[in-house]
Amino acid sequence: MRDGPTQTPLLEVRGLAMHFPITEGMVLARRIGEVKAVDGIDFSIGRGETLGLVGESGCGKTTTGRCILRLERPTAGQILYDGQDITQLASRDLVALRRRMQVIFQDPYSSLNPRMKVGDIIAEPIRVHGLEPDGSKRKAKVRELLSVCGLDPKFVDRYPHEMSGGQRQRVGIARALALDPEFIVCDEAVSALDVSIQAQIVNLLEDLRERFRLTYLFIAHDLSVVRHLCQRVAVMYLGRIVELADGDELFDNPLHPYTQALLSAVPIPDPRVEAKRQFRPAKGEVPSPINPPSGCVFHPRCPMAVDNCRKARPALRELRPGHWVACSEVK
Amino acid sequence: MPPLLEVKGLHTEFRTGAGIVRAVDGVSYSVDPGETVAIVGESGSGKSVGALSILRLIPNPPGRITAGEILFDGRDLLKLSTADMREIRGRDIGMVFQEPMTSLNPVLTIGRQITETLERHQGADSGAAEKRALELLDMVGIADAPRRLRQYPHQLSGGMRQRVMIAVALACSPKLIIADEPTTALDVTIQAQILELMKSLSVKLGVALIVITHNLGIVARYASRVNVMYAGRVVETGTAEAIYHDPRHPYTIALLRSVPRLDQPRRGRLDPVDGQPPDLTRLDGGCAFRPRCRFAVAACAQSYPPLEAVGEPGHFSACFRSNEIASIRRADSRETAA
Repeated sequence: MRDGPTQTPLLEVRGLAMHFPITEGMVLARRIGEVKAVDGIDFSIGRGETLGLVGESGCGKTTTGRCILRLERPTAGQILYDGQDITQLASRDLVALRRRMQVIFQDPYSSLNPRMKVGDIIAEPIRVHGLEPDGSKRKAKVRELLSVCGLDPKFVDRYPHEMSGGQRQRVGIARALALDPEFIVCDEAVSALDVSIQAQIVNLLEDLRERFRLTYLFIAHDLSVVRHLCQRVAVMYLGRIVELADGDELFDNPLHPYTQALLSAVPIPDPRVEAKRQFRPAKGEVPSPINPPSGCVFHPRCPMAVDNCRKARPALRELRPGHWVACSEVK
Repeated sequence: MPPLLEVKGLHTEFRTGAGIVRAVDGVSYSVDPGETVAIVGESGSGKSVGALSILRLIPNPPGRITAGEILFDGRDLLKLSTADMREIRGRDIGMVFQEPMTSLNPVLTIGRQITETLERHQGADSGAAEKRALELLDMVGIADAPRRLRQYPHQLSGGMRQRVMIAVALACSPKLIIADEPTTALDVTIQAQILELMKSLSVKLGVALIVITHNLGIVARYASRVNVMYAGRVVETGTAEAIYHDPRHPYTIALLRSVPRLDQPRRGRLDPVDGQPPDLTRLDGGCAFRPRCRFAVAACAQSYPPLEAVGEPGHFSACFRSNEIASIRRADSRETAA
């Protein structure tokens, strides 16, 4: 059922870093430090593949997505989209790029303009890119997009506040599809929804992936949804990828101590399973990305840490075929 | 042993521009001393309004408790004077809310927020109160308590603030703590720490807990009894074992089926609850889940099904077809297994 990625990846990220300056003083701002939101990460996504990017708040998963969309200009590294490095593209070339990659945001309340009708919200990208100058054809396209996303085409005349959260998220998805993109960044796209509605939207994302042969970067903190939807998963912690593997391999056989702590912290909706489960919450809290710990960033919370972990930053190593781990202690 | 808390026929309404919303529409349940009861439901199901009604914290207007009894330790809280109610809150019933940043006072030190409760309710002098505050911070796992006492909420992380909230809630040794989505704003590893802390303290100190949550995993891990709410009513109640392994209400069944599982490889598409959440201003006399229900029949439109005993003792479901559904489910699972 799962299509393997083809040979050339659609997206390749090499040594990506995004450091935000911290400044002091209003007029003559001095740089007094930086937040290392993303600190040197590598991964790739094959055509038609869904890669999950998971981690807790502040781990850099959203910033990674924003760099790929070129909503940020990365501090260092390369982002190869279809073989072309997009980190240095001028804004004129970005317009063409953005027809091919789109985004679905978490909060359909704040990502839809409350003063625009649904029809205009979905038509806007088509208009901006001058794809369908004929007004009536554009309207037909908008109606089709609505019905593809499971909404009644009559909704074109509604305003976002007249719709439920699930319906609004469908509008956000229809807008992302308006330009027939091949790649979509889903940034916590189902996190704000109620459980019963969340499943509807997850199914919709799956249907669309098949129907339009889409490639997703699925950024989320809900690991159960990620397991369901993603073929491969990367776990981030404090700006770095600590583990990357095929979905089932990662969830059934986590190797990095952080991934293990993360997975054991998620309660399973079954009291019989919970009664038998061994539970080891990670001690302490995530340190500040302004002054991240030396060496392995997880060492202050790690049950396996040895002296060397304080000194050397562990590289991602392929411990089993396709299963990469950034830990020097895991064998 | 009589229950610690007994909610009987509670009704809470809000006046809105679109009409009257019956946010809590005839809810009854009880909580035994030391027990953990989970109230689970989606947005708008009435789970938070129900809990705020127990504490009489419903803003009026637009809200109003229109009927019911809330017996706590034998007294009807709805009949108490405002002053008596203020004595109960924080002393006999502690509260932990979702967002600790907005429920702690940003201009008071952590220490003051704890000692205020102690001085107000127990008449402690400032020395004794501070000593107790140190003990409490220690108990909720905050290291370096003397320094933390002098800090302000913004100097603490989210998880740390929630620990302070728990310390405040426990300060006067209450009999009951109401926790409304206590970990929803927290990351999953911190969520686990906070829940483990609440559970172990509740066992150690014999405090009863009402945990309000939308997270079915948290319910499975921590609750002994579960109330499932939909559109202002409890539609099913029972032990966690009964709710998860012998659910009888179509909404409970649909809800459990719709969540993907972290501990299992994918088994095909998810099975969502069809349709949209109910519009609470447009409820009729029938079952509110009917438009989304796979089992709905003509009778469901006629009257609201009462909670009736099903399966194990203490297991109740508000559905005309609860008993049939059990056999349909058994047939279903045989089919899936085959």
